[in-house]
Amino acid sequence: MSSLLLATEATDSVAASFPVLSALVILPVLGALLLLVLPKSRPEHFKQVAFLVSGATAGLAVWVLTDFQTGSADFQLVDTHSWIESLGISWTLGVDGISLWLVVLTGLIFPMAIIAMDAEHDPKAYFAWLLVLEAGCMGVFLALDLFAFFVFFEIVLIPMYFLIGKWGHGERAYAATKFFIYTMFGSALMLVGILSLAFLNEAETGVLTFNLVELAESQAIATTTARWIFLSFALAFAVKVPLFPFHTWLPDAHTNAPTAGSVILAAVMLKLGTYGFLRFGVYLFPEAAVWFAPALVTLGTIGIIYGAIAATMQRDLKRLVAYSSVAHLGFIVIGTFSLNTEGIEGGILQMVNHGLSTGALFLLVGWIYDRRHTREISELGGLQKPAPIFAGVFMVVMLSSVGLPGLNGFVGEFLTLLGAFAAHRWWAVVAATGVIIAALYLLWAYQRVFHGPAEGDNATMQDLTFREGLIMAPFLVGIVFMGVYPKPVIERMEPAVDALIAHVEFHVEDFEEPTADIIAPVEGDHGGDGEGEEEGDH
Amino acid sequence: MQFQLSDPVDTPEIIWAGLAPVLALAAGAVLLIMFRSIVKRMPDDLNATATAALGPVTVLGMWVVGGLVGNDVPLAGLRDDIGEPLFYVALFAVLVLSTAFVRSLEIGFDAAFTVGVGLISFVATVELWTDSFRFVGPSGDDVLLGIGPQGGPIAAFGTQYGVDGFALVFGGVIALAVALTALLLDNYLRREGIDGVEMYVLLMLSAAGGVLMVGANDLIVLFLALETLSIAVYVMAAMHSRRAESLEAGLKYFVLGAFSSAFLLYGIAMVYGATGSLNLVEIRDYLDQVVIADNAMLLAGFAFLLVGFGFKVAAVPFHSWTPDVYQGAPTPVVAFMASAVKAAGFAALLRVFYLTFLDYRADWQPAIYALAVATLLVGAILAVVQRDAKRMLAYSSISHAGFILVGVQAATDRGVAAVVFYAAAYTFMVVGSFGVLSIVSGRGDRGTSLDDLDGLGGRNPMLAFALTLFLFAQAGVPLTTGFVAKFEIIGAAVDARSFWLAVVAMISAVISAFLYLRIVLSMYLGTADDDAKEPISVHPTAALAVGVALALTIGFGLVPGPIDQLANEAILALAG
Repeated sequence: MSSLLLATEATDSVAASFPVLSALVILPVLGALLLLVLPKSRPEHFKQVAFLVSGATAGLAVWVLTDFQTGSADFQLVDTHSWIESLGISWTLGVDGISLWLVVLTGLIFPMAIIAMDAEHDPKAYFAWLLVLEAGCMGVFLALDLFAFFVFFEIVLIPMYFLIGKWGHGERAYAATKFFIYTMFGSALMLVGILSLAFLNEAETGVLTFNLVELAESQAIATTTARWIFLSFALAFAVKVPLFPFHTWLPDAHTNAPTAGSVILAAVMLKLGTYGFLRFGVYLFPEAAVWFAPALVTLGTIGIIYGAIAATMQRDLKRLVAYSSVAHLGFIVIGTFSLNTEGIEGGILQMVNHGLSTGALFLLVGWIYDRRHTREISELGGLQKPAPIFAGVFMVVMLSSVGLPGLNGFVGEFLTLLGAFAAHRWWAVVAATGVIIAALYLLWAYQRVFHGPAEGDNATMQDLTFREGLIMAPFLVGIVFMGVYPKPVIERMEPAVDALIAHVEFHVEDFEEPTADIIAPVEGDHGGDGEGEEEGDH
Repeated sequence: MQFQLSDPVDTPEIIWAGLAPVLALAAGAVLLIMFRSIVKRMPDDLNATATAALGPVTVLGMWVVGGLVGNDVPLAGLRDDIGEPLFYVALFAVLVLSTAFVRSLEIGFDAAFTVGVGLISFVATVELWTDSFRFVGPSGDDVLLGIGPQGGPIAAFGTQYGVDGFALVFGGVIALAVALTALLLDNYLRREGIDGVEMYVLLMLSAAGGVLMVGANDLIVLFLALETLSIAVYVMAAMHSRRAESLEAGLKYFVLGAFSSAFLLYGIAMVYGATGSLNLVEIRDYLDQVVIADNAMLLAGFAFLLVGFGFKVAAVPFHSWTPDVYQGAPTPVVAFMASAVKAAGFAALLRVFYLTFLDYRADWQPAIYALAVATLLVGAILAVVQRDAKRMLAYSSISHAGFILVGVQAATDRGVAAVVFYAAAYTFMVVGSFGVLSIVSGRGDRGTSLDDLDGLGGRNPMLAFALTLFLFAQAGVPLTTGFVAKFEIIGAAVDARSFWLAVVAMISAVISAFLYLRIVLSMYLGTADDDAKEPISVHPTAALAVGVALALTIGFGLVPGPIDQLANEAILALAG
């Protein structure tokens, strides 16, 4: 452990040889195994060890960030080993501008989710599962081999199943099973899709490979077949996102999961689907992606409106946040399937933003539940008086979720809408109303929970403790920083996004990146322009 | 093929080395029953000494049999590397350690003997696979032959029994299944108060039939091997004579098994009628060269053979015996039935249909397709509604048979490799699952309902964790052999362009996942108070069996390359 910690601070010469991406996956697994052999007599150590391991992983993620070459569209730090030779399967990991920020997000969210909450019982297994989950999520974002990707995509179900089922609340067994079966159903068909892709590609090119780049570059499959295969991928990702109408597992899973589970689920696991759409859907099947884009944008828009309306009607605070996720992920999907630079960049940005703001929201709701043992909005009220700092932090996070200019949510939503406006103008207009409804349900919820007279237990609720403040601080820094100065984030993803769009344009006849000439170039000036537009909408 | 009495009868060329795996098992069975007929009961201290001595005897036996079968002394390379003195010191150390190991297992004599025989048979198989071996050819010369990746197949007993890579892999799996089942049986039989030598003898006989069956090159040999295999298992199923369910299971299995044997025999007769031969090589050559104008009899033969095999591998609609038999039979016996017996059935099915009737695949593929769809869906759906874990696993084993049928349906070499992989992987998953159940079920072998599993996570966390991993492996969760097996099967299906069959298979996998989750759920998320039930103790032999199965399931799930390579090199061929 300690030697690995030291390794994160090592010099560049080590960096060249050290397989940092594999370490990102393997280190948490080793941590989980370490937890398993720790004696049960000292339960307090479990959390500390888990935090240290995930902290070290976060260090590795930051190392990846600093090592990342801005301006290159290639996969970097690629680490490849043969896995099953006869099938052309390899353990290939790599990072580019699209996955970079999700890796960093995953690395940073996990330590906070681990430190934020104690396990209610059996801490050993709880923290071990969380670390396994971290390894799986990292693997999905890093995998450049379809077999490896599928392995990670499936394996994340197991820890999450146990986290919900064993440490959850309420209808936990039902929620856990529903979560597992829904997502497994989606990915089951994707397995058929992956294998069809590989074997049909072999029939055309003579090479059996599961390598993402090779499959994407060869484009050897007939158009109609490719559309079917895309559909099998899209189903898996749509369930994971979740896209309307495959979203029904989400509110149950979120509501009944333990707080750390909800945070991870929202901040990281929902991104597996949207990331999958981008990395595997669009990249592998450009023609099919263009062909299906209107349908997916439609579903995304429905999700935005449906999620927003459903959130408005929730009585349970956690369920409300869960439905707001459905809406937010709708924005990511319409951005992605606008298939232009603004839309895709906005989508990626929004993945990170949603991770920060919804992750923080779930943490805050979890802390309210810890103090008050209820999440019913009607039973809360006036919390501002006993807990002013709590209310202030909640306010900032909520406003970031609403998309207030100056905070991170705005940049992402604005870019996705900009992209969508160029590609599917009327859907963008409809989706923009989702922003307004978001303001409505979140502000209304805030008002009911924090304003008004504080009665009973509400009057004595404890304010944010110092420790909790420390946990919230990185979230708040991220929220403000990305809202004010998103350039470092965007400039690292830009080359990869441009390359992806060029890939689509190259392989799809009659496709040109949709741009709306009424909109000035985005780069640099979304501050002034954007605020005007957004305020006009309100 | 008319013989005159005056004709000299051709005596077939017998290559003993090729028969070694079968002979080891059969000889083991005979030796054990003879020994036990003379020595009914040994004094306790002598018994313990004799049992401990079986450790080094097994190691030496493996070495000697390996040397007899293979071309070289086993481990010769190692001996040359580290030098002779050191090698023999190490060998001596291994012998001593094996004594201590057997002692620490607290295993009974009969079980230890059976495990040893299983391991010796396995080593003989491995030697046949890795090493070319020497024998005196027809002209009196020394001939070097190889079977596994080196070449093959060889006709070990005229053209009646061939040994090819495919048969070796299945033979090895069966031999290992014998060893694991014996480990499970040891404490089980003592717990149930039905210990005796018969079970082990039958186990070895049945396995000998199975190893013979996977290499049968002749329909009559196939039938005889199948009967040897089956009859022994009928008795094993009914062995728990104080349980009505066990007797019922034995009778049911016997009646339906005999019924299916009749179908098989009738099918064999029809194929003989249509082609004029019982030898698979001759049948294949005949079908290659002759276009049969009226092939109704041949197709009827296919149908009857398929029904017969369908019963053996429990394909829907010939599955109805499975749940009752699996639920009633002693749990370790079920582990053997679901692994080795099923694997042997599939091996024979492939040998007959894929290899011999390949030219007619357009005729039998649709039938297999339909069987596969029915087996996948019915097995999975009926499993979900059960209340008893043993019955659930019985139904789920039906849907696994459906998966293997998907590989058979592909009728390609990739499909054969996938079937080999699946059968090998499933053997260890299912031995492990039923092994855990046999430990949990408690005295009387009854405690296998979901309520009995309630709170197992608290009563014995290791056992619950092991069963969870086995169940996830059966569900096809990645990083287990179960996933790679499904991956290969689906790969073979889409490679053969059976896309919809692949989709059906995966849907069945999802339905099955629901059932495995139900069992996991009852272990971890149950409502029972963890302290209310006493903890479960695990006998070292059973722990060893479950541990080995788990190590293989997870180990080869992480690194599937070696088994994948094995499956690809296990070329199915006819000798002669």
